[in-house]
Amino acid sequence: MPELRNYTMNFGPQHPAAHGVLRLVLEMEGEVVQRADPHIGLLHRATEKLAESKPYNHSIGYMDRLDYVSMMCNEHVYVLAIEKLVGLEVPVRAQYIRVMFDEITRILNHLLWLGAHALDIGAMTVFLYAFREREDLMDCYEAVSGARMHATYYRPGGVHRDLPAQMPKYAESRWHDKKDVARLNRARTGSLLDFIEDFTQRFPGCVDEYETLLTENRIWKQRTVDIGIVSPERALQLGFTGPMLRGSGVEWDLRRKQPYEVYEHLDFQVPVGVNGDCYDRYLVRIEEMRQSNEIIRQCVDWLRAHPGPVMVDNHKISPPARTQMKMGMEELIHHFKLFTEGYCLPQGEVYCAIEHPKGEMGIYLVSDGANKPYRLKIRAPGFAHLAALDEMSRGHMLADVVAIIGTQDIVFGEIDR
Amino acid sequence: MGERIHQLGSDLQRALESVLQGLDVEHDEVTLTVKPGDLDEVMRQLRDTPQFGFEQLVDLSGVDYLEYGVGEWSTHGATSAGFSRGAEKASFGRFTFDDPPQVRALENPRFAVVYHLLSVSCNQRLRVRVFCEDDELPMVPSVHHIWASADWYEREAFDLYGIIFEGHPDLRRILTDYGFTGHPFRKDFPLVGHVEVRYDPEQKRVIYQPVSIEPRITVPKVIRDDYRFESGKSQENDA
Repeated sequence: MPELRNYTMNFGPQHPAAHGVLRLVLEMEGEVVQRADPHIGLLHRATEKLAESKPYNHSIGYMDRLDYVSMMCNEHVYVLAIEKLVGLEVPVRAQYIRVMFDEITRILNHLLWLGAHALDIGAMTVFLYAFREREDLMDCYEAVSGARMHATYYRPGGVHRDLPAQMPKYAESRWHDKKDVARLNRARTGSLLDFIEDFTQRFPGCVDEYETLLTENRIWKQRTVDIGIVSPERALQLGFTGPMLRGSGVEWDLRRKQPYEVYEHLDFQVPVGVNGDCYDRYLVRIEEMRQSNEIIRQCVDWLRAHPGPVMVDNHKISPPARTQMKMGMEELIHHFKLFTEGYCLPQGEVYCAIEHPKGEMGIYLVSDGANKPYRLKIRAPGFAHLAALDEMSRGHMLADVVAIIGTQDIVFGEIDR
Repeated sequence: MGERIHQLGSDLQRALESVLQGLDVEHDEVTLTVKPGDLDEVMRQLRDTPQFGFEQLVDLSGVDYLEYGVGEWSTHGATSAGFSRGAEKASFGRFTFDDPPQVRALENPRFAVVYHLLSVSCNQRLRVRVFCEDDELPMVPSVHHIWASADWYEREAFDLYGIIFEGHPDLRRILTDYGFTGHPFRKDFPLVGHVEVRYDPEQKRVIYQPVSIEPRITVPKVIRDDYRFESGKSQENDA
């Protein structure tokens, strides 16, 4: 009989279940994982160092490209850090817009996670359903910023511009006939807020559809229940945040515990898991989508009733309106200084964190008084999660590694930075 | 919020009096500075004392203070140099490996490691800073055995800054390429790097070669001490 021995297996970086460019070196004993050694950095772009060489506003676009599934949340934490260092008070309407788009982003992120996670484990349909709803939310991004993904919409001092009064419509083309166009434009006759409100009415039904496909599904449960269990103590030790921590039963949500923007005025629940396995984390994220939907609805109501400025009126940090700039000397100088030199932040350091869809996203910003950050450290939630992959997958079968990567909601833009 | 922060500050002052090098409270955040030798003991105390209860190491980052406070374009008085012409080759965006800038002698140590701690039970945050005593061979003790999450964070700081974490079980590079030389986030490492990769159709493989791109950062670093956000500043003074 031949001698049995461990062998090493290479997984990725070009593997559809590796969610990007994860290279995993697995030490196997038969089908059982003995040790997992993730090799990361294949998408390392030195975002932090690039940001150190540019004026503050130039880097907002880089933030979109960190976690490229939840773009606006990344921008949010960056502009919050700048505002905290300056001591800038943002108009309330801008805060509501930011919160609304943060929650839209959370749904966008969880939908992609749900689709990809289910696809990895063998459920094709959910992916298609999830992308149907993502399309509508991407349209919101486009309507407000002009870009479907990398929006650069949040700015220090507010948001770039107010919500559009008109939602763009589809036109007839080779791909969309009259009937199609009428169906697509049904919710697009009014403003962006009308469109979002229509979405919030439809969306709980959509979540029910995903749940019908998965929650009681025997195969889904076999693949996720009791897989990758993390105890609450270990979850804290391993630096877990967000749904990964809540899935283990720790009630910790920065929106509730250390509220930023207007979260303290909004009504929402924080779902918490019990067993800390993949299935609980799935349930937590599903419920988070429903809660986000509620938050968006509250924001829409508030935004309808309260028009107002969306940007601070301090031209030392936010550029003056173009018409003013063309007419006034002072505004022209401000415009020129802001777009050549940028603005200088006071000397000091801040750490600012938000509840990003994946966990705690933080920015540690050190300023030496210059127009560029001296040091910018991005605290990405996925980095700590992926570091725990070894511990979570030890003793599991090879196929479960895929489920664990899925449940961690890995996106390499933020891990490699 | 502000009151609780000051309370935390005074509690820390009392508990860690003998080992503290510094304690600042700014922007509603507490920063401790300790010596590398005391780090292990301080961190254990921060984790295990119930009133601090820092169960989580949220973030760990290296900082290189080499050119802290050095600007490239100064405008005290009228300047004869234009904004772009006034830029000297001082920052890493503007030099290559062959022509490094004049390195300034620092009073403080060059490298620091900054830890961000979070207490879920007490809902508070803390920043701990450790300066590495030796600039040539920056070294601090590892906190890997106190918080498991330090594992990858320390590997990252080692990779990017060359800071050595004594006692770390597996201090390998993590973000940079296999076989990479140098520590890219140090301030004397140029932004364009020193090698680039391309596919060579003759050798039929990917090869490394010296960079062919020019370093080019168009906006110089400007430090203004006349700090202009009066509205925010005056509020702070009133409070």
